[in-house]
Amino acid sequence: MSKAPTRKWTWFHRFGSPKWFYHFSSGLLPWLWLAVALCLVAGLVWGLAFAPADAKQGNSFRIIYIHVPTSFLALAGYYLMALAGAVGLVWRIKLAMWVLRAAAPLGAVLTFISLFSGAIWGKPTWGTWWVWDARITSMLILFFLYLGVIALQQAFQNEEGANRASAVLALVGMVNIPIIYKSVDWWNTLHQPATIKMTEAPSMHPDMWHPLLLMIVAFYLFYALVLILNLRCEILRHESRSQWVRELCKSRS
Amino acid sequence: MKVYNRLFSRELLLAYRNRGELANPLIFFLMVTSLLPLGVSPEPGVLSMIAPGMIWVVALLSSLLSLDGLFKSDYEDGCLEQLMLMPVSLYLVVMLKVLVHWLVSGLPLVVFAPLLATMLFLPDAGYLPMVSSLLLGTLSLSFIGAIGAGLTVSLRRSGQLLSVIIMPLYIPVLIFGASTVRNAVEGFSYLAPLLILAAFTCAAVAFAPLAVVAALQLSVDE
Repeated sequence: MSKAPTRKWTWFHRFGSPKWFYHFSSGLLPWLWLAVALCLVAGLVWGLAFAPADAKQGNSFRIIYIHVPTSFLALAGYYLMALAGAVGLVWRIKLAMWVLRAAAPLGAVLTFISLFSGAIWGKPTWGTWWVWDARITSMLILFFLYLGVIALQQAFQNEEGANRASAVLALVGMVNIPIIYKSVDWWNTLHQPATIKMTEAPSMHPDMWHPLLLMIVAFYLFYALVLILNLRCEILRHESRSQWVRELCKSRS
Repeated sequence: MKVYNRLFSRELLLAYRNRGELANPLIFFLMVTSLLPLGVSPEPGVLSMIAPGMIWVVALLSSLLSLDGLFKSDYEDGCLEQLMLMPVSLYLVVMLKVLVHWLVSGLPLVVFAPLLATMLFLPDAGYLPMVSSLLLGTLSLSFIGAIGAGLTVSLRRSGQLLSVIIMPLYIPVLIFGASTVRNAVEGFSYLAPLLILAAFTCAAVAFAPLAVVAALQLSVDE
């Protein structure tokens, strides 16, 4: 009687085991590297060299192949971080908290790249580096939210407290993100409306849109790769005294 | 119920005993407002144009200033732990504490604001919307800020960190608060942003204490 529910949950707990995750990701990493390299090279070459130039913006529009994927991941990364924090708070899974630690700087950097590439794109198209437009402003606020989580993490002396505090903050931020986006949307000005919508056909020409899709996939894979690499560092750092890490070190050296 | 009454009067008494601290955000509010004409321009035209937003920004900053001490003394002398051990709902205790905090720090700002609005030549149409939006807005600022105060209560130098983590969460309040006043000054209906602000305040009052409770628990565990 009592067997069934426990077995049902073992996958979940096994996934939360640092050792299991480390070995599992060791098998996964080569394939992920390969996929990232293929998609990134193919997408970049296709987008930068073969996609047709934009009728109005010329070649400067090609920065879209960096700008849009990073913006996607900046936002998705925040949700991933907050959800990892929630899992860590509720089930006290250490690995989830380490995901939060690994995802925060990664997301902040992606948000920065998104803002920066947007500024570079804005100069030739709008004639200005910066405008206080709704979507740019919300990305800036997202950047501040990331910085807040990182700052809170670093302020605590003990790591357990740092993780839990930043998880709470990330969750509060996650609840707030839709509200911030909606409120900032009130002064909707210069930025074009979203090009890619799930519900409609894209307003871009397929020749431009297909490489963009490939680049988005490439960036998702890239994000996963960097997150896993970061996470493996966290695992080794925290588990450095455990038996399996010592054996790993011995077998390597 | 009796417990909550006692807690309420305790909080008020504590605030009264430390009334010097309560004046600081108000003085800050006044000083920053008087820096504006010096820094920007003393022209009535310029000042009345920026007044709606400036009053809101300064009110937001001064409410941040008072938040740092919200749970600090209770944490340091151990009262917070005792409150958590009591057989009462921590959610309600937090709500009570934040409400009293708003009564002694947010409400004075609202009362004070018309004076500063006069100094900044706010057009007449802006006064009522300004007071009503600040009334709702400072309440939600107190509740949202309490989350940050709870998260940073166990840290030694928490003031700046508190501002860094809380300010992004204040943005919706600022947008709707300032646009309430601006709409009124420009002769449009200001009911829509004011009602959204009211809805936001209701949500903040209801849900923020949940996060504060979680924050306080982890801070006491430290």
